[in-house]
Amino acid sequence: MNGFRHFFKSFMLWELLVGMRLTGRYLFKRKVTVQYPEEKTPMSPRFRGLHALRRYPNGEERCIACKLCEAVCPALAITIDSEVREDGSRRTTRYDIDLVKCIFCGFCEESCPVDSIVETRIHEYHGEKRGDLYMTKEKLLAVGDKWEAQIAADRAEDARYR
Amino acid sequence: MSQLVIFFVFAAIMVFAGVMVITVRNAVHSALFLVLAFFSSAAIWLLMEAEFLAIVLVLVYVGAVMVLFLFVVMMLDVNTARLKEGFIRYLPVGLLVAVLIAFQLIMVVGGERFGLEDYPKPVPKAADYSNTEALGAVLYTEYLFAFEVAAVILLVAIVAAISLTMRRRNTVKTQKPEMQVAVRREDRIRIVSMASEPRNGREDGS
Amino acid sequence: MEFFTDMWMALPEGLRAVLAASTKIMMVVGPLMLAVAYVTLAERKIIGRIQVRIGPNRVGFFGHSLWGLGQPIADAVKLLFKEIVLPSGANRVLFLIAPMLSLGPALAAWAVLPLNAEFVIADINAGLLYILAMTSIGVYGVIVAGWASNSKYAFLGAMRSAAQIVSYEIAMGFALVVVLMAAGSLNIRDIVLAQEGGVLGWFWAPLLPMFLVYFISGVAETNRAPFDVAEGESEIVAGFHVDYSGMAFAVFFLAEYANMILIAALAAILFLGGWLSPFEGTALASLPLLGNGIHWLLLKIALFVFLYLWFRATFPRYRYDQIMRLGWKVFIPVTLVWLVVVGVAVMYPPLWDWLTGFGLLAVALTLLLVVFRGAVKPSGVIMP
Repeated sequence: MNGFRHFFKSFMLWELLVGMRLTGRYLFKRKVTVQYPEEKTPMSPRFRGLHALRRYPNGEERCIACKLCEAVCPALAITIDSEVREDGSRRTTRYDIDLVKCIFCGFCEESCPVDSIVETRIHEYHGEKRGDLYMTKEKLLAVGDKWEAQIAADRAEDARYR
Repeated sequence: MSQLVIFFVFAAIMVFAGVMVITVRNAVHSALFLVLAFFSSAAIWLLMEAEFLAIVLVLVYVGAVMVLFLFVVMMLDVNTARLKEGFIRYLPVGLLVAVLIAFQLIMVVGGERFGLEDYPKPVPKAADYSNTEALGAVLYTEYLFAFEVAAVILLVAIVAAISLTMRRRNTVKTQKPEMQVAVRREDRIRIVSMASEPRNGREDGS
Repeated sequence: MEFFTDMWMALPEGLRAVLAASTKIMMVVGPLMLAVAYVTLAERKIIGRIQVRIGPNRVGFFGHSLWGLGQPIADAVKLLFKEIVLPSGANRVLFLIAPMLSLGPALAAWAVLPLNAEFVIADINAGLLYILAMTSIGVYGVIVAGWASNSKYAFLGAMRSAAQIVSYEIAMGFALVVVLMAAGSLNIRDIVLAQEGGVLGWFWAPLLPMFLVYFISGVAETNRAPFDVAEGESEIVAGFHVDYSGMAFAVFFLAEYANMILIAALAAILFLGGWLSPFEGTALASLPLLGNGIHWLLLKIALFVFLYLWFRATFPRYRYDQIMRLGWKVFIPVTLVWLVVVGVAVMYPPLWDWLTGFGLLAVALTLLLVVFRGAVKPSGVIMP
């Protein structure tokens, strides 16, 4: 009986037709394509994107030039020079992140004791000429100022787990 | 009139291709010029209202035989330079023999024996003449025996060639697709019902 | 109006014949080339949809995306601008002739296909034979391309592909011989007219095994999945045309898709009744679009092209020895047996009707069983 069925199935091309039925049904299923950039996939608040230097609510920059981020960076992307400022506080004169070297691991954010250097959720940026992807202190502070609201909201949402 | 023009065009191409076959250096080029000669010959046969033979010439000779030739020529490293070395030395004798043969051919197949009185020009057939039908009507009735004998001779040739050259190399393992395809799940898998074993060997599973 | 007819009659007859034939050729080849370009888009979109994604949908015209309809044009323009790289040591003449040897026969075979009851470019009495000859020539493009690339891998790919094409030509030829016997004529228009009589008059039912053998051999001939071992992108990159770039590659691509459409058209014409409507002979045939016409042929060709794409999306690639075994040890015996059966049936009409009924029953039963009982089930629970 089994041999009989097997014989007929091979002439009817049974397995081929069953396979085609499967793919044919998939032809009519809903497609999962996301039409970027009109639609976007959901993004976690922990997404590690472009870096930013934050400030305190009163406007003072948070960074105290402890250089923990420079030390922990696995790609040696951060360069820091520091000096005493006129009002006697310890501040950086140079804080550069070379985005071409950076591996976006987030260790700098984890190591910062004052939550100064953070990674925002910005992933859609570009550089047009050489040197555009070398973030200097001004550029990082500018990013931080522009996106502070989103940065603070992301940190608040994630605070339970840190 | 137009038929004459077509005939001369294709005949010229055929003669050119024929000459190229024996004179080009590259063996692959030579085989491809032979293909061109076959095509022109098929065109000339079409002019003679033998459309079945013309198309079968393309189908069999160009489509199969020349493909085989090309396989062989491409895979063998034919050193044509060495083979053509003695050309100038043999040229006088060769030319003499060629002229003699041409002379003999003209004497035998020339105008007196094969002229238009003995073999009148063939009449163009009616518009619904089918070369295929005409050939089939004769081949499978009057000449059936000869046809079958020719088929048997071809079969003998194939079997002889294979039996002379086929060697089974028992050092090489090959796969047998027909046995792979005939495998069934029932032959390879057996589902057994077993009592569940205690984890870690202890009854309570600790 | 009469001015034009007078001018037309004033031309010599030979020139008139040439002009008429050229116009007919343009009327077929023009839309065919456009169809070939858009079949590439259809392939990407349909196979994409089977893979739960949409295909290209951004390239349109004049700023509107238009479902990606501009994609083939963009591809063509890109290929036109690419440099044609001649491999070092390659034979320049052969390298450039090979794509032509591929595309030429694919287009030449369209000369004898009737698109309509009235329209054929060349109504010759040996049409089927001519088509067989043209498909046989197509193998030269492959061989010469592999040889002229001066590369071991291209050459090997070409040899494998050529051997595959030649093997399936025989099975295809036999299938066509069976059609010839059933129709009694080599003239393709007569073959279509012999299939008059509605869906059951078409040759797919009595010649069912030949239909399957023909279409599958056609898929193997054109080196399409699942028989694309010679150009499987994951194996030997592109096989015999790996060294081609730019317009030369585009011509090979065009040749492959033109061959595909040719096989689809032949399957439609020889087994599915060509331009004949399925409602022929019934009362519905007098309604405007339901009678015979070229639109039925186009629908059938579209169906077969869709089948080609469906095969590509579904089946894994055959191994080379499996392909050879299928062509020689499976298809040829099947065609020989059916040749004898149909030979008897042509002489003895009751057997013909019996075959038709048998074919119809087999197809209906199989399709019903597949649709309703063909779900892929997980095969038994082994792990808890």
